[in-house]
Amino acid sequence: MLFEEELEQQVVEEEQVEETPLEEKPEVVEEVHQEQPQPEKEEKAQYIDFASVKVNNNLVLSITEASKTVDQIKKAEKVTHIIFTALTYLFIVALALIVIFPFYWMIITSLKTYSEITQEQQTFFPSVVMWTNYVYVFQHFNFLTYMKNTIVVAIFSTIGTLLTTIFAAFAFSRLQFKGREALFMVFLATMMIPGEMMVISNYITVASFGWITSSTHTQTLMEAYAAMIVPFWVSVFHIYLLRQNFKQIPNELYLAAKVDGKSDWSYLWKVMVPLAAPTLISITILKFMGTWNSYVWPNLVTEIPQYRLISNGLRESSFQNADLGTIEYGYQMAASILVTVPLFLLFIFFRKYIMKGVGRAGIKG
Amino acid sequence: MGIELLNFLKGKKKRQAGGNSIGLQTVEPEKVPEYTPGLQEDGKTIVRLTSNKKIKNPYKVSGIDDVASKNNWKAWLYLAPVIILVVIFLLYPLINTIFISFTKNYNYTTGKYDGFTLENFGIILHMIPYQSADGAAWETSFTSNAIPNTFILTFVTVPVSIMLALIISVALNSIKAFQKFLQTVFFLPYVTNSIAIGMVFSVLFDDAGLINFIFGLQHAGANGGPMQWIYNTPTYIAMVPLCLFIVWNSIPFKILILLSGLQGIDKQYYQAAQIDAAPKWKVFARITVPLLSPQILYLMITSFIGAFKEYNSIVAIFGKKGETLAGQKNMYTVVFYVYDNISANTSFAAAAAVFLFVIILIFTFFQFWASSKRVHY
Repeated sequence: MLFEEELEQQVVEEEQVEETPLEEKPEVVEEVHQEQPQPEKEEKAQYIDFASVKVNNNLVLSITEASKTVDQIKKAEKVTHIIFTALTYLFIVALALIVIFPFYWMIITSLKTYSEITQEQQTFFPSVVMWTNYVYVFQHFNFLTYMKNTIVVAIFSTIGTLLTTIFAAFAFSRLQFKGREALFMVFLATMMIPGEMMVISNYITVASFGWITSSTHTQTLMEAYAAMIVPFWVSVFHIYLLRQNFKQIPNELYLAAKVDGKSDWSYLWKVMVPLAAPTLISITILKFMGTWNSYVWPNLVTEIPQYRLISNGLRESSFQNADLGTIEYGYQMAASILVTVPLFLLFIFFRKYIMKGVGRAGIKG
Repeated sequence: MGIELLNFLKGKKKRQAGGNSIGLQTVEPEKVPEYTPGLQEDGKTIVRLTSNKKIKNPYKVSGIDDVASKNNWKAWLYLAPVIILVVIFLLYPLINTIFISFTKNYNYTTGKYDGFTLENFGIILHMIPYQSADGAAWETSFTSNAIPNTFILTFVTVPVSIMLALIISVALNSIKAFQKFLQTVFFLPYVTNSIAIGMVFSVLFDDAGLINFIFGLQHAGANGGPMQWIYNTPTYIAMVPLCLFIVWNSIPFKILILLSGLQGIDKQYYQAAQIDAAPKWKVFARITVPLLSPQILYLMITSFIGAFKEYNSIVAIFGKKGETLAGQKNMYTVVFYVYDNISANTSFAAAAAVFLFVIILIFTFFQFWASSKRVHY
């Protein structure tokens, strides 16, 4: 807006005639004369013949647009800017409140009594804070069992994924062999296939390994873990991610390590893996989050509730009132909070890695 | 030294005579004493690695040939675990699923089937009658529920969430104070268990829930009862909480991508627009959106695919049966159908999965094609 004056400008010279030393006078007049030949919009500009006027050095150039001076325009702009910023903040904060509102509602519902939850007049704060909801949930919802299962599955599937990913990314980024690019393209192409295509056959495969309850066999806890861990030991996207990271490590380091008599193996673990640590941390956390959220596969491959993961446990435990058949929302929300809090803690501590990793990965889990 | 050696191996740079202080020394071949092992290239120069230490044998550089060799068996050793896993859990299932979709009455426990047929696709697409075990003459839940629901979900949630995310990220980008904090707040829905938050949504939309209370819908339902969003309600009403939940759940990722895209836009464009006194909406439409089009395209592809595969959110809100009307299966999506039929009608599930695969491929290619004309890179 400030530059608009260039388009339509009116130059008015305001002078204040004061007594000035005579020596300075000619200089000023010269300057003014230099400014005078304005090439554009001359017909609009009003000029004062400075040569005929007694000019001193207190020249003030005043540019106006639509009969407003610069100061007025500046002020108006400032006001619109402030209003606009305020509106932006209002909009953003309102949306942010909407976004976090479900969390708030989850918390306060978990602390309400059943009658308060279902009463017609909804309250935004529990009139009686029911910590006993949590006591009930700990007694009736096998939180610790599910959590143990989830953590075991997360740890082992993460370790497996990290190992296969590191090896593959190393081979694809540093070693040379016939058909490297072609093989990598095949890998990338598999990312296009929806996971649902695989679920059916993977289910059959896992069943043929004897990891699933069948007519002749009852699943053990170890088999349930294996069924939930092994199919997720490979992640093409993470290989791609780590390969890009490995490629940034200068080749000279590799050759220097070779000269020092280091094998590929020790170079990989002593140089590349430490240098790619941020990516590896991101992969680990995203994998953990993925396991924490995984619902479909554990639901398919496990029969016994105690073998399942936390999302399954949460969905299954309906907290139905045995007499009325109604759902005890207070208990349900308390259980939901127990499931959500660990993820939040993870987020608080690893916010940077999570947001960076998600930004590049874009895949939940 | 590594650089020197690299150049030596590549033969790109003329080797410097004399060597450097670290100990790379070149000698003319004639003068080479017989005992000197080392690397020899085109018979002219021999590089010997030396050190200040007095050692019996000059350094032997081992394994260097691995770098240049095209036949590196070690590389295959590193790749072996991944290749085995990819073949077992990615490539074989892909082929096998397509195979199953053409078999009749595939039994997933025994692996037996009654010959090949194209009927599976016809049956699930409601073109061929099918006598099911429970007496139904047609397999209808795929065409009458799964496909329409999936398309509604996709075409409602994808544009809405992308537009909303675009507006939020532009607004977020324009502010300075609390930007990081607000960005984190908007990211929170990503860091949640979708089952847990889906349950919160079903509480919010409950008969006696907050939504009915705020909007005064406590007597807007049938027979003067409360508005029913989740139980005993037609599909189009149940879509409201579902779509809201999906949008809520999918916005954080989009904001993250768009915001990083916005921060990468050159400020000069905006300064030029300022000089021209372009109005804000024009700046948005003519500068921001075109320059963000790669990110928008990426988000469109990923969220189209994601919306086609919606499953968890339905389980979270409506429960494992995927219905708001008892026995109607009216909240089915394509993926829901696949999972629900895996053990009972494996062939149908495979056919539906192949159907989904083809649709996703078509949409992805279509979007690439459309964007090759419109996207500004």
